[in-house]
Amino acid sequence: MKRPLVFLASLLLAGAAPAAEPDAARQRELVRLVRQDCGSCHGMQLTGGLGMPLTAAALKDRPFEGLVATVVYGRPGTAMPPWRSIVSEPEAEWIVRQLMNGFPEEPR
Amino acid sequence: MKRTLAVLSLLLAAGCAQTSLREEPRGTGDLGIVIERADGRVAVVDTTARAVLGRIDGLGDLSHASAVFSRDGRYAYVFGRDGGLTKVDILLRRIDRRVMQAGNSIGGSISQDGRIVVAQNYEPGGIKVFDAATLELLSEVPTQSKVVGLADLSGNRFAYALFDKGEIWVTDLSDPRRPRTQKFPAGRQPYDGLVTPDGRHYMAGLFGEDGIALLDTWKPEQGARKILENYGKGQEKLPVFKMPHLRGWAVAGNQAYLPAIGRHEVLVVDKASWKESGRIKVKGQPVFVMARPDGRQIWVNFAFPDNGWVQVIDTLKGEVVQTLQPGKAILHMEFTPRGEHVWLSARDDHTVSIYDTRSFERVATLPAQSPSGIFFTSRAARMGF
Ligand code: HEC
Repeated sequence: MKRPLVFLASLLLAGAAPAAEPDAARQRELVRLVRQDCGSCHGMQLTGGLGMPLTAAALKDRPFEGLVATVVYGRPGTAMPPWRSIVSEPEAEWIVRQLMNGFPEEPR
Repeated sequence: MKRTLAVLSLLLAAGCAQTSLREEPRGTGDLGIVIERADGRVAVVDTTARAVLGRIDGLGDLSHASAVFSRDGRYAYVFGRDGGLTKVDILLRRIDRRVMQAGNSIGGSISQDGRIVVAQNYEPGGIKVFDAATLELLSEVPTQSKVVGLADLSGNRFAYALFDKGEIWVTDLSDPRRPRTQKFPAGRQPYDGLVTPDGRHYMAGLFGEDGIALLDTWKPEQGARKILENYGKGQEKLPVFKMPHLRGWAVAGNQAYLPAIGRHEVLVVDKASWKESGRIKVKGQPVFVMARPDGRQIWVNFAFPDNGWVQVIDTLKGEVVQTLQPGKAILHMEFTPRGEHVWLSARDDHTVSIYDTRSFERVATLPAQSPSGIFFTSRAARMGF
């Protein structure tokens, strides 16, 4: 019971912290980054490739923090690289939140 | 006088209309396709006119698309990420046939005799064998692993590597409905493979360890062995934001050039001894390391975030002689059949740039939506393409 509560709280906290949200221009860059550059391993539609699918359905039971940590630090011993030189931790949280909600399309 | 002129111009106009309806027959040797990955579309291009001739829609998710050509150079077989296999008629500029053959695919090859097309799949993992004329499914080889680095060998055999199993498999499709497969241990996490132009040596680059697995397909009984072992010397790897591609064999004289993994270097291998003979420092993690057809130059592009750069290595000097910035997110390069020009796709600039490989001048820029792979029909005649 404690774990899901903490998890929920962190979700709420993350959701309730607009100060940490990347601004609109940066959000557009991040959407492009995920679609194009994460897409080279996870697919542009995020339906999987060398890396597993990152669709909302695929991530639904995954712990939020774990996924954020994976984006920031990568997974040593696998092809998932650390992105901390490219995205900040709040940006990684924003990306994971979008992934879990169904990732936005790039504006055309 | 005025009347005759008017009649004459009418006649001329009629003549023009006629020829534009009935195009002259033409060859395809100077044609190719450019993948417009975000739109599920390919552009048909002409390397003589340096122009886009037309576009073909409806090819599905092309986020990691590649293409091979029929031996007459008329059809391109395009393998899409969503498992779509589309046979495109580049002369009539339309889809000839299309099948959905897997959930998640990564590429394919065409046999020596041009009669069968083979797709390599991630999900479900394995290869599938199709009749090149009809795209009828003839057989399949399940692998329980993602398949990478599929390459055609002589005798309608195909070599490929298994990312999750660390093996190289060679499947004989001389009877395409009855595949016969040999398996060889290779090393941890092979990420791509290539075959030498003579079809003899198959190499699989390893992600999970320093080194490359090498199989002599003329002497398969010897099994695969490892070369360039420990080229990283135990040093920590730099992050690899995109996997290198080993398509195409960059070879000049007795040296072969290969991308290092997790190091900003191109590795040089002596083809006689298969030992490292040098390494060349470059701007980033190499993705494509491609030789100009004459072998005098090696062109290298890079993984994110260095993907705005392209470097050129002079193989006589053994060093980088040019550093170019052809545009944002350079995803692919393709040489014209004899190498006087190279075409480069700049995904984020929505352009394809054409460079003269002698002067390094940009000779033309063509518009294309999020271009990725560029494939010219000259591939039809090359083993391993
Ligand atoms: C070079 C290939 C590659 C790139 C590029 C890449 N990933 Fe990954 N990613 C992987 C692989 C492989 C795994 C699976 C690791 C494992 O086996 O545990 C993975 C796993 C993940 C996971 C964990 C999913 C889960 O269900 O556990 C997340 C989240 C993720 N990646 C997000 C991203 C994001 C966001 C980006 C871009 C900023 C990205 N990846 C770019 C290869 C890549």
